[in-house]
Formats: sequence, C-alpha cells, structure tokens
Amino acid sequence: MKLELSPVDGSWLTVCDMDALTPGRGMAALLPDGRQAALFRDRSGKLYAIDNRDPFTGAQVLSRGLIGSADGRTFVASPLLKQRFDLETGRCLDDDEVTVAVYPVRTA
Amino acid sequence: MPNTPGAANTPTIVLVGHGMVGQRFLEALAERGTTERARVVVLCEEPRPAYDRVQLTSYFSGRTPDDLSMVPDGFMAEHGIELHTDDPAVAVDRAARTVTARSGATFAYDTLVLATGSYPFVPPVPGKDATGCFVYRTIEDLLAIEEYAKNSTTGAVVGGGLLGLEAAGALKGLGLDAHIVEFAPRLMPVQVDEGGGAALLRTIEGMGLQVHTGVGTQEVVVGEDGAVTGMRLSDGSELATDLVVFSAGVRPRDQLARDCGLEVGERGGVKVDEQCRTSDPAVFAIGECALAADGRVYGLVAPGYEMALTAADTIAGQESAFTGADLSTKLKLLGVDVASFGDAHGTAEGCLDVVYADSRAGIYKKLVVSPEGALLGGVLVGDADSYGMLRPLTGSVPPVSPEQLVLPAGAGAPVALGPEALPDDAVICSCHNVTKGAICEHTTLPEVKKCTKAGTGCGSCVKVIQQLLPKSGDGGLCGCFAKTRQELYEIVQVLRITSYAELLDRYGREAARGGEGCEICKPVVASILASLSHGYILEGEQAALQDTNDHFLANMQKNGSYSIVPRIPGGEITPEKLIVIGEVARDFGLYTKITGGQRIDMFGARVEQLPAIWARLVDAGFESGHAYGKALRTVKSCVGQTWCRYGVQDSVRMAIDLELRYRGLRAPHKLKSAVSGCQRECAEAQSKDFGVIATANGWNLYVGGNGGATPRHADLLAKDLSDAELIRLIDRFLMYYIRTAERLERTAPWVERIGLDHVREVVVEDSLGIGDELDALMARHVARYRDEWAETLQDPERLRRFVSFVNAPETPDPSVRFMPERDQIKPDLTVLTLEGVTAR
Ligand code: SRM
Ligand SMILES: Cc1cc2nc3c(=O)[nH]c(=O)nc-3n(C[C@H](O)[C@H](O)[C@H](O)COP(=O)(O)OP(=O)(O)OC[C@H]3O[C@@H](n4cnc5c(N)ncnc54)[C@H](O)[C@@H]3O)c2cc1C
Ligand code: SF4
Ligand code: FES
Repeated sequence: MKLELSPVDGSWLTVCDMDALTPGRGMAALLPDGRQAALFRDRSGKLYAIDNRDPFTGAQVLSRGLIGSADGRTFVASPLLKQRFDLETGRCLDDDEVTVAVYPVRTA
Repeated sequence: MPNTPGAANTPTIVLVGHGMVGQRFLEALAERGTTERARVVVLCEEPRPAYDRVQLTSYFSGRTPDDLSMVPDGFMAEHGIELHTDDPAVAVDRAARTVTARSGATFAYDTLVLATGSYPFVPPVPGKDATGCFVYRTIEDLLAIEEYAKNSTTGAVVGGGLLGLEAAGALKGLGLDAHIVEFAPRLMPVQVDEGGGAALLRTIEGMGLQVHTGVGTQEVVVGEDGAVTGMRLSDGSELATDLVVFSAGVRPRDQLARDCGLEVGERGGVKVDEQCRTSDPAVFAIGECALAADGRVYGLVAPGYEMALTAADTIAGQESAFTGADLSTKLKLLGVDVASFGDAHGTAEGCLDVVYADSRAGIYKKLVVSPEGALLGGVLVGDADSYGMLRPLTGSVPPVSPEQLVLPAGAGAPVALGPEALPDDAVICSCHNVTKGAICEHTTLPEVKKCTKAGTGCGSCVKVIQQLLPKSGDGGLCGCFAKTRQELYEIVQVLRITSYAELLDRYGREAARGGEGCEICKPVVASILASLSHGYILEGEQAALQDTNDHFLANMQKNGSYSIVPRIPGGEITPEKLIVIGEVARDFGLYTKITGGQRIDMFGARVEQLPAIWARLVDAGFESGHAYGKALRTVKSCVGQTWCRYGVQDSVRMAIDLELRYRGLRAPHKLKSAVSGCQRECAEAQSKDFGVIATANGWNLYVGGNGGATPRHADLLAKDLSDAELIRLIDRFLMYYIRTAERLERTAPWVERIGLDHVREVVVEDSLGIGDELDALMARHVARYRDEWAETLQDPERLRRFVSFVNAPETPDPSVRFMPERDQIKPDLTVLTLEGVTAR
C-alpha cells in the first residue's frame, strides 16, 4: 500500500510505502516546490501530514518529534523546544497564534 | 556598609563564644542591621567557626567538619564581623568594659554577649583523666576518639542519656564492642518514662550494644602505662574496656562570668532576665551558659536560638522577651525514633495517660491529656512519625480521640490526621519557631528554608512542611498516567510488561487508554524498559517511544543537524584514536570541540551522514558515548597515581572500569561520575552523581552530587572501600536510584527527597533485603550491554530511518547549511527564515 499526499489543491503525490512509517513516529517528505512535509501514522493506522518546519526555530524537524494524544486530539511535540501541534488542524496547542500547514493524505 | 573598626562613636559589641547560639545571634544582628551600626568582635575558643553541634555524630557517617559549618560563605566579611578563632576570652573587666583574650589582645566593649555554652560534666571518679578517657562535645573530641579507637576493641560510655546513646552508637560504628553504663534504672531518663525506657532498651540491645542500667561508675581502672583498662562499677563488678567516653550531662560554662562578679545560679548558669541581660545591663548571656528568667538552664538548641533573637532585639532597641521554651525533642538514635514533647512525664494536676505498647516491635507511645481532653505532651519510642503532627497540637483538644492518635494505622486509627487539621498558629518548626501560617506563605521547600529557616535545624519538621506545601497536579506522571515513575517501574518489573501499549491500555488513566500516549511518558517508559534490559532500544515498538535523540543515537542541534560524541572512557585516548577523530571530523566537515566531560564532540552532521560517520568510528574501536541518552555519560578521571606525585590510587584505571561497567545503563536522568586520585580532587568527583576519591586504603564513594543549575556537593556514602566493595555499592546505588527516582530526577534531588540515611541503609546495610536483586539486575545489564551504534550499522532495517526524506533518500536536507567561523563551521540560521516567515 502506498501513501499519497496532496501538496497543492487536488493533486496527489505518491510518497512511500505505508510500512516505511513506524506507528507512533514520523518521516519527512520533500515536496516538488522545496517545502517539506512531516508524515505520521498513529497506533490505529491513521495517517497525518503537516508542514515539517518548526515555526519556533525555523528548523525542518517536526517529523522527528514524538506523537501523543490529549483530550482526543493527536499531536506531535517538536523535538527542539517541545511545543505541541495538533496533527489534524496544525494548530499549536501551546501558543494560540501559531499554526502550521496541514496536507491531505490517503492510501492507495 | 560594614563599620570601620574603632571609628569614633561606633559602639562595639563583643561576643564571647562562637557556637550554635553565638552564630544565630550574629545572624540576628545582621538581620536587624545592627552590624552596620556597630563594630562586632567575636572571640571563639575552638579552632574553627561555629558548626552544627547537633549533627556532630554525622561526622562518623561521612560529614566533614566543613559540611558541619554553620557560617555561610563570606558571612563575616559581608557584615564586617571580626572573628578571632582559637582565641578564647580569659578575663572581663566590667568597670573598664574590656575583654582580654588568651592572645593578650584586649577589646573595649559597649555591649558584651556571653554565649559560652556548656562543658561536659565528668564525675570525679579516680582515673577519670587517664589516657583513653574522652568527652563528646566538639569536633576535636571526635577526632581524638576516632584516632584512639583505631587501637581499641572495647569502648564504654558513662551515661545513657541522649548524648550517651549517640556516643555509644558512634563507638559501635567505629567497630568497637560498645557498652553503656547508666546510673538511672532506664535509658534516657530525662526524656522518656519507664515504659519508653523499656522499649528503647530492647531495641538498643537488639542492635548489639550492651546496656548496664542502675549501676554507677566508681573508678576508671588504669594500667601501668597510664591508659584505661576497665571500669569498676557500683555493684562491684568490673567492665574491661580500652576507652571511656563520659557523657554524664553538661554544666553551663559560667566561669568567666563568676570571675568578673556577675550573678550566677546556685547550680550554675549566668543569671539573666527576660531580655537575656545579666546582673550587669551591659552584659548579656544566651544559650546553654544562661540561667533563664524562668529558672531553667536549657540544654537544647531551640531555646538558645530564641534567646539569641531576644538579645539581638533588645540590643537593637526592640521589645522582646524570652520567658521559657518547650523541651520537645525528636531524635533518631541508632536508627530508633525517640521523641518527647510537652509535659512528657505527666506532671500536670489530674492529667491522664493514654499508652500503646508493642514490645515485640519495640514501640511505645504515651500521650498525656488533661481532664478536659487537651493534649499536654507525650513520649514516642520506636515510631515517632506522628511527632510532627502531635507537637503542634499540644495545648489544644485534638480533633480525634487520643486513643486513635496512638494506635497503629489499620487498628482503629483514623485515616492519618493530616497537617491540614492544624491551626495557622501551630508551631511546625520548633527549632526556629515557625508557624504553619508562615510556612504556607511559600510554595517550595527550598523557599521555606530560605525565608523562614524552618527545617534547617534538627530537620524533624521537614516531613510535615512537605505535606503543607502544594502538590502539583495529582502526583501522576502526565496526562496519560496517574502513577509515578516509580510505580510504573514496579509494575513493569513485577508484571513483566514489555510494551508501552500494554502498559498504557491497562494502567493508564481511563481517558488515555487506547490513545497515543504523550511525549512525557513515552521516553520514561522506554527508559524503564531499557533499564530492565528488555533489549536493544530501537527494537520494534520501543523505537517509537524514544526521544528524537535516542531515536537517531545522536543529539539534535538548533538547525536540525546532529552532534556525535564517541565514548572515551575515563578521558584516556591513544594518539591513533585522536587521529581518527580528527580525520573523521575533517572528512565530514564537522565542527570539533572538547566537551566539559573529557571527550570530543563533533557537530554539524546531517541525519543521513550519521551511519557513514559511525562506520568509521566503530571501525576504529569507538562506541556510542550516549550523549543523547538519559544514561551514563562520562566517568571523568584525573591522571592519578601513575603520573601524579600526589596520587594514591590508579584513578584512570578505576574510571575506565566504571565507565565500561555502566555504559549504556538507562536511568531516570543522566548519570555522571568521576574518579580522583587523591583528596586534591582534580576530577571534581564530588559534583557527580557518583564520585570516587582515592584514599591510602582504597576508595571513598560520594553520591548525589550535581553541577548544572542547582549544584550540590555529593555526600560521602562509604569510606576506604576495596575495588570490589566500591563496585558493589555503586551497582546497588544506581539500581536503587533507577528503581525509585521520578522522571528527570537526578540523583541529587533524589537523595535529598528520600534522605541520605535511607540510601545508606538500603545500599550499604541492605535494610530492605533487595541487595541481591539489585546486584542481579546490574549483572544482567553488564552481560547484555552491546554498542548501540555497532548494532545499528549491522541492520539495514534500522538504517532506513537515517534519511532526510522518505521519498528522496539520497537528497540532503537543503535547510541544513553552515557558514564559517574561526576556521570551522557553524549553523547558517538565515536559511531557516523562510520568505515572509521568520523563526519565532
Ligand atoms: C557538549 C556539552 C557542552 C560542551 O561543549 O562541553 C554539553 C551539552 C549539552 N548539555 Fe550539558 N553538556 C556538557 C557537559 C555538561 C556538564 C559538565 C560535566 O558533565 O562535567 C554539566 C554540569 C554537570 C552536571 O550535569 O551535573 C552539564 C549540565 C547540563 C544540564 C543541567 C543538568 C542539571 O542537573 O541541572 C543540562 C540540562 C538537562 O540535562 O536537563 C544539560 C544539557 C545539555 C544538552 C543535552 C542540552 C540539549 O538538550 O541540547 C547539550 C547537548 C549536547 C550535544 O548536543 O552534544 N547539561 N553539561 C558537554 C558534554 C559532556 C560530555 O562529554 O558528555
Ligand atoms: C553530640 C550532641 C548532640 C546534640 N543533639 C541535640 C539535639 O538533637 N537537639 C538539641 O536541641 N540539642 C542538641 N545538642 C545540644 C546543642 O548542641 C546545644 O544546645 C547547643 O550547641 C548550644 O549552643 P551554645 O552556642 O549555647 O553552646 P555551644 O554550641 O557549646 O557553643 C559555645 C561555644 O563557646 C565557646 N567558648 C566557651 N568559653 C569561651 C570563652 N571563654 N571564649 C571564647 N569561646 C568560648 C566554646 O568553645 C563553644 O564553641 C547536642 C549536643 C551534642 C554535643
Ligand atoms: S586528584 Fe590528586 S592524584 Fe589526581 S591529579 Fe589531582 S593531585 Fe594528582
Ligand atoms: S523542628 Fe528542628 S528544624 Fe524544624
């Protein structure tokens, strides 16, 4: 099974095999325009993709954070300064003013 | 501004005696600003400034005279106080208002304060001055006893009071066969009643101390060489002994006062009024040398402190009075809790006793209550946990019946009466007279200690203080687990749980079960699984739990690149290996730096370069240095005996041995160590989680040291150990720490929390009987250790994660860029600022 991601409206990009993702951890993907996406798979097999750039440091590292859940929301904690980002909405759970982009994902 | 000595119209205060109370008096002067207005001169008889006499015995368990000092660094200089050590006052001329010191120096005073304390009373028995007779009062006394004990096998203490028991415990600790001779029919006759004495006796005898009560010492038997050989007792028997310690009470040191014509009590003590003024209004007396206005001479430190405050207030022109004090004490004598408080002997009219005794368990508790039900006092032996609660309740009618207060938990006792039940004006710390209300104004223990001094005296109130301080949350680890790290450790170990998911789904909070967990508990559980040697840390599900640094076996830097720290055990490295590091760093263009941990860090590697770099390092014989893990970091060493003219052991070899033994050991926080070849301590072992210092006879082991933001000097755990003993104690220390510490709790706060004595009991004396189990766990760790990088390199599956992009494994991350600085590289942060989006 392949994992696909939509970097711009409507288009789909094949990224990797599903099993390249360890449940609970992420991987980064390079998008055609030079942006980077962080892909995650949770325990139940659900997929997420958000921008890989940590807005607090500028480093492309969100894919290397730990994922978790609180109050029913699944999040990733940045490996640098530990701010958490909701994987479905991109909203930073520790700072209302910050959001990262979210990309649609699917399997095919 | 400190005053200028001798400046015109600056009054001079002369303090005679720099003991515990003298020091408290100086602090009180400084707190009131008096040191800025007056010249303060201190005459101190002992060779060192004030130290904690109450904790004197802890010298034998490793506290150094420096540890016992009560004078904060720089205190005297900061307040312009002139301290003359080793120079006692020998005469006072009250008419001329001068004091003359032994050195001949004479000081004019406006106010004179006597804080000369007490001297140990030695009964006038023949032979009392023989070689081998000692008293127990000063550090010098202890040093002399320690020295003499080296050539002795038996020691006897005259006096079975509080100090006598402490002294006897110390003699036993020095390896002597110890006897206690007490004239009264029971031990600690002043503090406990008959029932308490009986419970105490059983326990003390159970520890191998020999107690002779109801007999007096008639003569010290002296051999031909003038040294003690035994004691003749009042029942006609003779006790053979090499050493005698007199501990038959103390007498106020009032000679100086007598000689200059001040009024003294019939049975000694410088008479003072409620302001602590003697019969000469220019002279004050405080502490154990004073006969207080209530007609008592107080032999405890807390009343002495109150007198110090009263005298300082009076000198500063503030109203204050000392009218008497509570004689409560709580002691841990030879491991037995003994406490007495209030009217312990039930002398009040019509009072009643409530007694609980369990002689098998060595427990005796008695409460004295008034006919109206008010708690008047009590005696607790064997289990004094409730002392902190009962003492402040004294004088009031407790919220539950007195029977319930003495019954053991589970036998009809109420759910333990919490300190919440206390009124705000209940005195929690009697050493410093601090109320519950004053404590509750603060939120942390260090803050309470700093602002109120509560808990800094005998320490017996600390437990209650902690109960009064706010807890954060419900004490659970995080939003996923209501349990502490220690509880999770026990669950994982006992139930042999091997997966995070299983732990979360079975033992997590209801709402968190089936969820993803979180960034707090995942690494904690990963560490527990690793400590219990459940295999390679990147295996299967464990991979998903590790913090990113553990996941990539390297430390992430601010631009997403990694640093690499190969292990260099003990800091020893061959030229060949140094060259390899140089070559690798050069070939990969890495920034190179010597770390604070005696090894070399290479910075600026991209994630996909890590395996290639490590392939070269592993090839050259390097292993992972675990700079990324909550694990053993480094064991620093000094050059030691092999080269250094002072070294007494091979500190480098020991450091290497320790580093190789504990490498890879996962713990609640990082672990650091060091080994110094002699007391000069060039390796800074006393700032480490476990530090080792060589002695002529082996090794001294220190634990609980810390650098970082909250530095802490390590405590001596055991002395003069052989190699094997040293390693065994460290094994147990580490395993016990791993088992019981909380998340990110380093050994320093852990030791503070659970208490050094407890650590020593478990680690050295195996009081919990888990020594073998801890040994086995460590043996398993040592046997199973494998280098994480060597293993990773052999497994293509594991290597897959070392790519910047899952869809472009060959492409380096373009955002990781560098620029030059001082002939090396540094992160180029400009590329991290996207067009229109700056890093926050
Ligand atoms: C590299 C080094 C600085 C250097 O260039 O010298 C260093 C670097 C870091 N230290 Fe350190 N510490 C380094 C020696 C020390 C020392 C000195 C020592 O070990 O003798 C101390 C004080 C001693 C101590 O730990 O008690 C020290 C006290 C800390 C602390 C405070 C710990 C504390 O208990 O307060 C932290 C923060 C933490 O661990 O929570 C820390 C955390 C860190 C971290 C992990 C911060 C981070 O999360 O990025 C740094 C990452 C290292 C990396 O990327 O490679 N580092 N750090 C040193 C590595 C030594 C080694 O060879 O392993
Ligand atoms: C082993 C031990 C355990 C104890 N345990 C406890 C306990 O658990 N709880 C408790 O409350 N109390 C305890 N005490 C008692 C406590 O130590 C004393 O109450 C306290 O030290 C009294 O303080 P102080 O300043 O009056 O006297 P000290 O601390 O004795 O200080 C007096 C100082 O004055 C010096 N001095 C005397 N004459 C002169 C002179 N002419 N010129 C200059 N200096 C002079 C002395 O050398 C001494 O240093 C213990 C005592 C000992 C020895
Ligand atoms: S600690 Fe002692 S043996 Fe080691 S280098 Fe320093 S002086 Fe030499
Ligand atoms: S009661 Fe002694 S320190 Fe508080």
